[in-house]
Amino acid sequence: MALPVGRPDEPDLEQIEVGLLLEGIYRRYGFDFREYAPASLRRRLRRRMDGEGVETVSALQELVLHDPQVMERLLLDLSINVTAMFRDPSFFLAFRQHVVPLLRTYPFSRLWVAGCSTGEEVYSLAILLAEEGLSERTRVYATDINEAVIDLARLGVFPLDKMQEYTHNYIRAGGTTAFSKYYVARYDGAQFARSLADSVVFAQHNLASDAAFNEFHVITCRNVMIYFDRPLQDHVHRLFYESLAIFGILALGQKETIRQSPHERAFEELAAEERLYRKVR
Amino acid sequence: MSYELIAIGASWGGLHAMSALLDGLAPEVDPPIVLAQHRGVDSLRGGLEALLQKHVERPVREPDDKEPIERAHVYVAPADYHLLVENGAFSLSTDERVQFARPSIDVLFESVAAAYAERAIGIVLTGANEDGARGLAAIKAAGGMTVVQDPASAERRFMPEAALALAGGADAILPVGEIPGLLYELCVGARA
Ligand SMILES: C[S@@+](CC[C@H](N)C(=O)[O-])C[C@H]1O[C@@H](n2cnc3c(N)ncnc32)[C@H](O)[C@@H]1O
Repeated sequence: MALPVGRPDEPDLEQIEVGLLLEGIYRRYGFDFREYAPASLRRRLRRRMDGEGVETVSALQELVLHDPQVMERLLLDLSINVTAMFRDPSFFLAFRQHVVPLLRTYPFSRLWVAGCSTGEEVYSLAILLAEEGLSERTRVYATDINEAVIDLARLGVFPLDKMQEYTHNYIRAGGTTAFSKYYVARYDGAQFARSLADSVVFAQHNLASDAAFNEFHVITCRNVMIYFDRPLQDHVHRLFYESLAIFGILALGQKETIRQSPHERAFEELAAEERLYRKVR
Repeated sequence: MSYELIAIGASWGGLHAMSALLDGLAPEVDPPIVLAQHRGVDSLRGGLEALLQKHVERPVREPDDKEPIERAHVYVAPADYHLLVENGAFSLSTDERVQFARPSIDVLFESVAAAYAERAIGIVLTGANEDGARGLAAIKAAGGMTVVQDPASAERRFMPEAALALAGGADAILPVGEIPGLLYELCVGARA
């Protein structure tokens, strides 16, 4: 029998190697990347291969399984925490217009920011809620799989050199006062007002494996599920469906959609352009 | 060999070059066309789509995450996201900028090389930075067809030149007006 000859850079071969590596990482260290979107993942792996000076995913696998320090470096490559305050200002504007009036109808509401990263999105929402006079009547649960970013989120210190960009975003997001009111400059960091975090609970939570933990009126999960493959996305959509109160709001990232998810029919569009959906059944 | 995807990267001057390319495109050339064009974060949502749509009949879209890739469509990477392809669908990411760019041409092209290999055509057009060079080299290494806009005819010659230097040449180096004809030969001529 003639075996097919494989070039090391052959796509199908690399796919097999990636599958084996992810299985190995899961069994050796318990980190589960098996259902993450393969294209981004492969990019990240290639970067680590360059960093370790190896040519193939199999060679990386050998290093990763035998040397926890390589695993640690790979973990850093695999965690994508890029975020910003008032990212997509038009989303926050739509939140003010469409979601805030609904929140006013409840005596008390719970929001879940799933995949909150280093907290920029949470503080943006907290500012918005404060300006709408809703801080006292809402509790925000901010979660992420990564403990390290949650610790940073708790501190509420963001790079000072970003404040110009964030001020610009804040204004376009419908901000009603001077953005600089919310922070004081310290060394190279902007320390945001402690009071903003009064209504926020930060916690570690893995969307892939942890269960629902409360019932929410609003869930925002923006630019997190783009890193998952379709089956894992479906799993998370189910988690959100089960965690939302009837008439609760689901907010997704600018390029994410409820369409083609198993719960598509349970939602109607509240502001389709801004990816705001409402659970109606 | 039949080609199943055409990936195009452009930066400075890209709108003109891309419009000219679409103007000349025969309807029979129907593999999906995926474009990464550098532009500002603040650029009007859907603005580039609308401008390009004026030059071509087939739909021009900014894909959503995991949207299936269809023939006879032009897809434009959304501002502030990287666009990647994987077996028949798009995948988006907000990873760090690569070479100061998001969308990055390298990110798109490297994913195209991995998923489509010799069934891909990669085209680098005008631009003033070296994004796209690594990506084009990856498409070439995977056995895909590589095309670069003739630097002498480009609004900015730096990007095509960088791609030619890093990839060690290209299968075709043409003024943008002649690229549609080449695509016809590659995608339709072969079938006839
Ligand atoms: C690109 S950031 C998005 C941050 C923010 N939501 C935004 O839109 O700016 C993605 C975040 O998702 C988190 N994440 C990835 N996988 C996760 C999982 N299985 N469960 C919870 N969070 C996860 C990452 O740690 C990262 O902080």
